[in-house]
Amino acid sequence: MDRQLKKGSTELLVLSLVERRARHGYEIGKLIETRSGGALRFNVASLYPLLYRLEARGLIEGRWVEKPSQRRRRYYRLTVEGRKMLRLQQSTWAAFVDAMRRITEAEHA
Amino acid sequence: MPDWSREIRDRLAALKLDPGREASVVEEIAQHLDDRYEELTARGVSPEEARRSALDELDRPALAAVLAGSLPRREPTRLPPSEDGTGWLSGIGKDFRYGARRLRLDPLFSLVVVLSLALGIGANTAIFQLLDAVRLRSLPVAHPNQLYNVRIPPGSSRSGNFSGRWPQLTSAQWDRIRSEQKAFSKLAAWSSDRINLAAGGEAHFAEGLYVSGTFFDTVGVAPLRGRVLGPGDDAPGCPSPAAVLSERFWERELGGREIATGETITVEGKRFEIAGVTPARFFGVDVGRAFDVAIPLCAEDLIADSPRTQKRRNWWLAAVGRLAPGWTLEKANAHLAAISGGIFESTLPETYDATRAKDYLSLRLQARPLASGFSDLREQYASPLWLLLGISALVLLIACANIANLMIARASARQREIAVRLALGASRRRLIRQLLAESLVLAAAGAACGALLARTLSRLLVTFLSTQDSPWFVEMPLDLRLLGFTAAVAALTCVLFGLLPAVQASRTEPIEAIKTGGRGVAGAGAKLSVRRALVVCQVAFSLVLLVGSLLFVRSLRNLLTLDAGFRHDRILSIRADYTRARVPPEQRTAFLRKLLERVRAVPGVTAAASAVIVPLGGDFWNDFVRIEGTEVQRKEANFNRVSPGYFGTMETAFIAGRDFDDRDAQGSELVAIVTETFARTLLPGQNPVGRVVQVDEEAGSGRVGRYRIVGLVRDTKYGELREDFAPIVFLPMAQDEQSRHGIAIVVRSDLPLATLRASLTAAITGVSPDISVTFRPFRNIVRDGLLRERLMASLSTFFGLLAAILAMVGLYGVVSFMVVRRRNEIGVRIALGASRRDILVLVLREAGTLVAVGLAIGVVLAIVAAQLGRSLLFGLQPSDPATIGAAALGLAAVAAAASAFPAQRAARLDPVTALREE
Repeated sequence: MDRQLKKGSTELLVLSLVERRARHGYEIGKLIETRSGGALRFNVASLYPLLYRLEARGLIEGRWVEKPSQRRRRYYRLTVEGRKMLRLQQSTWAAFVDAMRRITEAEHA
Repeated sequence: MPDWSREIRDRLAALKLDPGREASVVEEIAQHLDDRYEELTARGVSPEEARRSALDELDRPALAAVLAGSLPRREPTRLPPSEDGTGWLSGIGKDFRYGARRLRLDPLFSLVVVLSLALGIGANTAIFQLLDAVRLRSLPVAHPNQLYNVRIPPGSSRSGNFSGRWPQLTSAQWDRIRSEQKAFSKLAAWSSDRINLAAGGEAHFAEGLYVSGTFFDTVGVAPLRGRVLGPGDDAPGCPSPAAVLSERFWERELGGREIATGETITVEGKRFEIAGVTPARFFGVDVGRAFDVAIPLCAEDLIADSPRTQKRRNWWLAAVGRLAPGWTLEKANAHLAAISGGIFESTLPETYDATRAKDYLSLRLQARPLASGFSDLREQYASPLWLLLGISALVLLIACANIANLMIARASARQREIAVRLALGASRRRLIRQLLAESLVLAAAGAACGALLARTLSRLLVTFLSTQDSPWFVEMPLDLRLLGFTAAVAALTCVLFGLLPAVQASRTEPIEAIKTGGRGVAGAGAKLSVRRALVVCQVAFSLVLLVGSLLFVRSLRNLLTLDAGFRHDRILSIRADYTRARVPPEQRTAFLRKLLERVRAVPGVTAAASAVIVPLGGDFWNDFVRIEGTEVQRKEANFNRVSPGYFGTMETAFIAGRDFDDRDAQGSELVAIVTETFARTLLPGQNPVGRVVQVDEEAGSGRVGRYRIVGLVRDTKYGELREDFAPIVFLPMAQDEQSRHGIAIVVRSDLPLATLRASLTAAITGVSPDISVTFRPFRNIVRDGLLRERLMASLSTFFGLLAAILAMVGLYGVVSFMVVRRRNEIGVRIALGASRRDILVLVLREAGTLVAVGLAIGVVLAIVAAQLGRSLLFGLQPSDPATIGAAALGLAAVAAAASAFPAQRAARLDPVTALREE
């Protein structure tokens, strides 16, 4: 997939993935890969910088959690700020997609 | 599973991350790689292949490069300064900042500690400064330790007229000493007096300094402006009188403006040319006083009605000098002793009788060091000030005890935190250093506030002690010695009690501290004992202070309410100075009568009379008397001259005989009225009315005066309220032969002074515009006379209350702590059926024991300590049981209140919560 497109949408992806529940880094990367059918793949060097940036901006919050009989893992969850940003980005993305579709279909038709 | 940490760490090294953060990132990414590896091997990829694949993720793109933008290099940490072994100084700075921050988080504690310190330090410093100024400090002149005072040693029998604050020599003696002595290369004489700078009407008084021409040179003062007085100014007859102003006076009255050449100032109606201004540092040689205008000795001839320079019986001068090179004090004294005989022989007053002459001729001159100047304040106030210093030292101790208590409590509460930090790897040394820094921050804040408080307190003290008659000017720069000392005491307390418990805490097993929340840790029992002991001490000291203050307050009340023999409220004393009116002697009686009539006519005046001496005014007139026809030895009696109506105005009751009236005039038989004590002393058991009293008169021609006693009145106080009643002889104003330049008029009125002032001034100046008038309500005279007692009463009360408050705060803290400690036990008791009352009793009993022990110790200390202040008390014994009882009761009541709050809280404890906290 085009690099530019990927960059702009990755924030939205991560934020929406941790909306319902907290997830750790590997889980987030795996989910993106599976749900996009392999179209989007994140490796260490692309995922973690993103997570840390989002954390630094206060949109997600990372915490070490120790579950019984497991190693401790760093789970990320959405903050209040993050939730607001998610809504904003979702509506922006929806509007954008809508506009794109109308224009291209118009041309097509 | 391969170990990815090293690989990751290597790649991140370049970023120089915070160790904690780096560890976190490494762990997270390592897990990610673990998961990737597992996934790959689960899919059938070979371990080697999987490993390389995973590691690839780190390098495409380079991990460090992409992370650099999203990870800050060094994160600001909320944790205490880390163990990084950086230089000592920067470490200390961090410790102090951290300490200050921690204290901000605990505002109540910090406030109480700083306040306690400030009060203790401030009070001590202020009082010590005063003591130093009064007793210990040297004069602000060149080489003060080379200054000497030539005088007649105290205790010698001198008689005559004494004026000025240091009436040590007469003019005649000064002249002879000046010409005969060889021991001093520089010698000067001076006197102080109030001078009137107004031309007429209400007086405008200033502090005058009479100086000989050599004064400024001897003392060593250079002028700020113009010149100082020199030998040429003190010439016989004072042809060109000059004056020198003090800087303070110059600023105050002339606004510090340029003085025009030939500009003059009016002193007692005469014009003096202003020669120059002296610098502010120089106040004269009389400590605590400051002069306004200095004029030469010869000015006395110009100004005074009967100049003291001409009278051999007028003592008014004091001499200061510097020894000539090669002369020691011993040599000088020997020399002075040698020339004394000749000097006193040649200056013997003619009017002295044999006895007085003998006394006079046996006088000797003596020199003594004068480094710290003349100070009457020293004698009067030295003892109260030392006592006050003792009191404030006690307050400081109590404050320190409070601080110690608070710090121990705090340390207990922080045991957990300390234990945790130790468990997390903090070094003990570092920890102790941080706690030390905290304590020092508190000590520094306390000392700073204390310094400010000391300044304010000093100024208040000086204002309090200044009276209308004797304004007090004391320069009190902050005494760094004492400030340093008290600050050190404070710092020691903070450090000792802040550190010890912490050091102790750091020695316990962290897990113990965390589990029991700092309550049941070993050593807590010992800590409680220390706190208990501290509170007991506080209670004891507070009791001592309260007893002291109660004693002084009662003393003061005794003095204020004692029967002085006259009513001293609603009475006004007016000083009318008619020197410049130049009333010829034969018209004087009529003049005074007219004055009195005018005053009596003023609306609102109930009664008025004149007198030469105002009771409690500080003036003295005494002579030897005996009753004609008795064998009783002659005794000394006080004298006064009064007009008819005086006793009525003062509301002094007559016991027998009559008041003075118009029959008693010039030329008729000399009469007198006497007091009870006079009768008792000179004519025990008999009625003195009708008898004749013989007076060895000094004031007249030295003959023996004979006065017929026509009246007997109740005793009245003469000089001060504290004295015993003395024999007093009242003579009629109309028969006065002495020339006086002023008179006192006592006025009784129900109207306030403000209303009367104008009309009274008008009435008096209506008789002659050259009369200057000064008003003094009697209430003020009494108040000023009781200055020392008022000082002791108010300050000791202030300190006593302060001490009590501090002690109560301490008690409250300890009782709260005791309750917290026994929470489980209390919970169990309540659960087992103990009533609220039972719990209250339990807690109050514990608190009560502490207070009782403290009070017991306090009573003993109070009795001992009160002996120290014995001389300042009036009408009470130092071990007055009523006072001690009242103070103890009061303190006990307040203590009960202070313990009631924690006791209530204990009684209201929910047993379930209490028990759950294991």
